[in-house]
Amino acid sequence: MSNIKYILGHFEDPDDLMHGIEKLQENSVSIYDVYTPMPIHGIEDKLGIKRSRLGKVAFGFGLTGTITAISMITYMLVIDWPMNIGGKPHFAFPDFIPIMFELTVLFAAFGMVGTYFFVNHLAPGRAPRVMDLRATNDRFVIAIDARTNTSHDQIDSILKEAGAVEIKHNERKYVSYE
Amino acid sequence: MSSHHESILREPLVTGENITYSKVTEDILVPVENKPNKAWWIGFIVSALGAGLWVFSVSWTFWFGIGEWGLNKTVGWAWDITGFVWWVGIGHAGTLISAVLLLFRQNWRNSINRSAEAMTIFAVICAASYIISHMGRPWLFTWALPLPNQFGSLWVNFNSPLVWDVFAISTYFSVSLVFWYTGLLPDIATIRDRAVGARRRIYSILSFGWNGSVKTWQRFELVSLILAGVSTPLVLSVHTIVSMDFATSLVPGWHTTIFPPYFVAGAIFSGFAMVQTLLLITRKVMNFENYITMFHIESMNKIIILTGSIVGVAYLTELFIAWYSGVEYEQYAFLNRVSGPYWWAYWIMMTCNVISPQLFWFKKIRTSIALSWLLSIVVNIGMWFERFVIIVTSLHRDYLPSSWVMFYPSWVDVGVFIGSIGVFFTLFLLFLRVLPAIAMAEVKLLLKSSSDQAKKKLIAEKAVDPVEAEYYLESLEKYDSISPNVAELQKV
Repeated sequence: MSNIKYILGHFEDPDDLMHGIEKLQENSVSIYDVYTPMPIHGIEDKLGIKRSRLGKVAFGFGLTGTITAISMITYMLVIDWPMNIGGKPHFAFPDFIPIMFELTVLFAAFGMVGTYFFVNHLAPGRAPRVMDLRATNDRFVIAIDARTNTSHDQIDSILKEAGAVEIKHNERKYVSYE
Repeated sequence: MSSHHESILREPLVTGENITYSKVTEDILVPVENKPNKAWWIGFIVSALGAGLWVFSVSWTFWFGIGEWGLNKTVGWAWDITGFVWWVGIGHAGTLISAVLLLFRQNWRNSINRSAEAMTIFAVICAASYIISHMGRPWLFTWALPLPNQFGSLWVNFNSPLVWDVFAISTYFSVSLVFWYTGLLPDIATIRDRAVGARRRIYSILSFGWNGSVKTWQRFELVSLILAGVSTPLVLSVHTIVSMDFATSLVPGWHTTIFPPYFVAGAIFSGFAMVQTLLLITRKVMNFENYITMFHIESMNKIIILTGSIVGVAYLTELFIAWYSGVEYEQYAFLNRVSGPYWWAYWIMMTCNVISPQLFWFKKIRTSIALSWLLSIVVNIGMWFERFVIIVTSLHRDYLPSSWVMFYPSWVDVGVFIGSIGVFFTLFLLFLRVLPAIAMAEVKLLLKSSSDQAKKKLIAEKAVDPVEAEYYLESLEKYDSISPNVAELQKV
């Protein structure tokens, strides 16, 4: 048994990459992940990744912002210290709309981005889990778990046929950053 | 991939031959990975001197109070709020490019959004600094926030547009910052993976551990789209609220319902002019001609004509409504603007904002880099005067003729204004040095569909209608990044 942990297929072109994914799937090779320097449209359908629920998250946070704003303003201007401003109603709803809107946007944006960072483990100072340094530059990389997919030669030839320009057999999962 | 099918009739967004994915990275990272050239240093030193002047003038204001400005008891707002509105307006183009053009799927935004967004952030910093320094006692700025205090608590008045503005500007700044930084993550990761030593460690921290996996990208795209969706109404609300600082008052000349749309159009107008001013220089100095092409320049000029015309219509509408309202104060305010002691400011505004942008109807002018740059400066001057005219001419002759005065800026006013330009350029130049000025990942997306080489390849393969191909080749003539003889050769 070899010490190879991951097989990386490097592609120079996103279309070749997509072709490679298809070929691997036809031969029932499971794909661990794909690393690309830019978003590839349609790849999530191919890999069976579900639609992200971040939109709902944003909506929820946005709604929280709206409610926060209206309750804060109502508490301050109507309940805690109602002031007579030219005899106008204390609950001057139209005047509250601008801040309700601003806080909706603020909460939605920060809540959604915070959730995104949380679920994708993005944080300042987090050690980058990078399998290949060129995957953020000009290479489109398919990573295949070599432990679960044992026929390495077959995988190599599938990748090569699909147009991979380089195939790496890595004994470490991530590129060391130290 | 759906992005591969783009009509041959569309002009290319990336020019140059043998542009590969790695070439995009190399080209864009040149200023980040190398020592700055002489032009950068000269610009930086001049801007830093300006920033120094700003620090000095603002400190002077803080120390001696706003009595050091040229304000008097009739004109209580002058260069400070003029500068504030001018800077906020300039910031708006960045959000427009990054958010509104994303929603409209305008791919040409991909190569200019990064620097335009950076510009937004720096412009809003300049604007916010005006707000703080015009407070007189800036250490009491927390009084503008609804914080519990020892006076009751005495809360802020949420019926006031000035309080709305506090929320609008701070939300706008922080959401723009988040939008910009999230977009930067993949590009910072690219720098990180190419760097060594301390640089790698620094960019590694800044990259938040980005790895470019499928899920990261999938969610990234959704996050960008939703942020664009919320930023679009946000940017409109911000300048609407800025205009309400004036419009909800009873001062003749300010008290008009046309203000919100008119201010938003003016903001986009001045913002695009500033983007043009900055990018025309950046593309030249940083050799970005292949990524910021004549198509980008022309498109921005077209937006400048559109918004400039909206602003022009608004000016004329204001005059008409002042007359038509039958209110003598309103009529006098506008008569005074046009022909009073500040007539020259009004006519500078009219010339720079309404008349000169109309020159962009001529294709020769809007595809000339020198003239585009010159006119963008003219627009910026005009938009500064617009705010000056609105603020000072409405105030300087109030209801009591015995208190009619003129406004004369002191050296502190001038210092804060010139200084804020210095701060803006210092920040922008630092940005160009440490972060990629063009969103690399987004430009890479265009390479297979919208680049000149991809389109030329289709033509060579005879995969497109020859009439359309001819049309496409003719459209290349205006490009300065494609040499004419190459275009000719391709035709034959």
